[in-house]
Amino acid sequence: MSQSLSFSPIQRAGLGAMLAATLLAAGCASSVKLDDTPVETRTPKAVDSQPPAQTSQSGVNTVDLNKNDLGASAVGKVVYFDFDSFVVKEEFRSVLEGNAKMLNASKQRKLTIEGHTDERGGREYNLALGQKRAEAVQKSLALLGVADGQMESVSYGEERPAVQGSDEAAWAKNRRAELKDR
Amino acid sequence: MWNRRNALGALGALGTTVALPALAQFRVEIAGIGATQLPIALLRFRDEENSSQPISPVIRADLERSGLFRFVDGAAQHDETGSPSFNDLRGRGADALVAGSVARLADGRFDVRYKLWDVVKGSDLGGQSLAVPAPDLRLAAHRIADAIYEKLTGEKGVFATRIAYVTKGGGRYALRVADADGEGGQVAVTSGEPIISPAWSPNGKELAYVSFESHKPVVYVQDTSTGARRQVANFRGSNSAPAWSPDGQTLAVTLSREGGSQIFLMPREGGTPRRVTQSSAIDTEPAFTPDGSALYFVSDRGGSPQIYRQPVNGGNAERVTFNGSYNISPAISPDGKTLAFVQRQGGSTFKVMTMDLASGNLTTVSDTSDDESPSFSPNGRFLIYATRTRGQEVLMTSTLDGKIRTRLLTSGQDIREPVWGPFGR
Repeated sequence: MSQSLSFSPIQRAGLGAMLAATLLAAGCASSVKLDDTPVETRTPKAVDSQPPAQTSQSGVNTVDLNKNDLGASAVGKVVYFDFDSFVVKEEFRSVLEGNAKMLNASKQRKLTIEGHTDERGGREYNLALGQKRAEAVQKSLALLGVADGQMESVSYGEERPAVQGSDEAAWAKNRRAELKDR
Repeated sequence: MWNRRNALGALGALGTTVALPALAQFRVEIAGIGATQLPIALLRFRDEENSSQPISPVIRADLERSGLFRFVDGAAQHDETGSPSFNDLRGRGADALVAGSVARLADGRFDVRYKLWDVVKGSDLGGQSLAVPAPDLRLAAHRIADAIYEKLTGEKGVFATRIAYVTKGGGRYALRVADADGEGGQVAVTSGEPIISPAWSPNGKELAYVSFESHKPVVYVQDTSTGARRQVANFRGSNSAPAWSPDGQTLAVTLSREGGSQIFLMPREGGTPRRVTQSSAIDTEPAFTPDGSALYFVSDRGGSPQIYRQPVNGGNAERVTFNGSYNISPAISPDGKTLAFVQRQGGSTFKVMTMDLASGNLTTVSDTSDDESPSFSPNGRFLIYATRTRGQEVLMTSTLDGKIRTRLLTSGQDIREPVWGPFGR
């Protein structure tokens, strides 16, 4: 004899509680992930603690798997520059917005912005050019609401290339600002 | 006998390339056009082989490297006492003679003695006795070479001075101090993070430099003999380009603490910076004038990096370089009359140039195309700079007109940022 799926009131309550708990768990887990988990580690955490006071117990944060690459760091950490330039190009807007979001969500979080140049030209002048690149990124982040106190712009000039080589392919990879969590 | 004009006008070197003994990792090669040189007989110092460091080979190498002397061999052995056989020496074509001795003292030090003779006139030009501990035997030899050089050319010699430079190899950086001949290199600082922009204090006892050990550029000052060091500038952002005032009390530095890169003055012990440049451009690479009243520096306030000059205590910046679109790394001669700098030519060529400040005339110093960091010898006669040839970074020294150049070769490390130390140590 077929039985329709029905639940006793107690079972219903228990199931409801379970569902609610699952929803709650999903909500807490995703808020922990976005705010406090370093972007490289994406393993889900068991919820064994109280949710942060400022997060509503009803809210559900959406994780858009299409936008975030779960395999590698989801928030870009490098901005590249044209030769002799410190203009932050439009193509890096998502890098800035991702970092601004992280910093705005967690005010105790700090960022060091390191400016770099390619190897061409004098060391001290390149140190100053790298500084301009770092400060341009800092300015862009400030416009997105990040407090100056959370950021420090420094320069490595030409001293720490990302890629060895003396051609444009290498130089293009070295003209950069790196955003580093402190 | 040997007049000053002869010596200075005829800075010639040997016609062939001379490779001096590779006692350490440095070798010096001299290449250039030969001209008149003073023929000198330099005898082995009596008993010098009994000490750890023979004296006469060091003197010979110093005098040889200056390009002003040609050596006459085969004269009879002699020391600093008595009278040499002038006829024999004249017969061999020598115009001057140097002889000496080395004796061990009861306290373990060495008594180094020498005498210089004018062979043509048959007269005694004087001598000296130096008592030194074993580690200072090379220094004693350099001092004797300086004394001979000065007596015969009328110019102060720089053989007893030191240089500092940075090496990079195997992922490590080292700030090193060596004699001006490249020998006797010792490590002042070693680090896994970059070290740049060393600068000698005017008394030669301290080196300022920039270290990235805390993952940002910070200016340190270190006592070279004790290794004691202190942070002089570690403000928010980047701190770099230290330059000493001539009285040794102040450092000019480039700081980003107020945004951008601007030049400030700091007391040598650190403390409160006082801002000097006031632009919204990049202002960096300060260098004091010999009287301490003004700074030469690099600024791109006009659109591209050029060299400017500004009084330290108020006054406008005045542009100094007008040739080409990229002029950096100013160094000023001890007499204040010549500016050395690096000029970018044709996109990717960087050459050491000098400018006569009175006339504005430019001279090309190097024959290489990837130069950096020119620094004057304290007698104002020579420049040391770094360049890259055949894929390797090396140090060069040159006369101001570029006519005589010597190359300090290394044993495989990249070597950069040389600075020539002052007279006295």
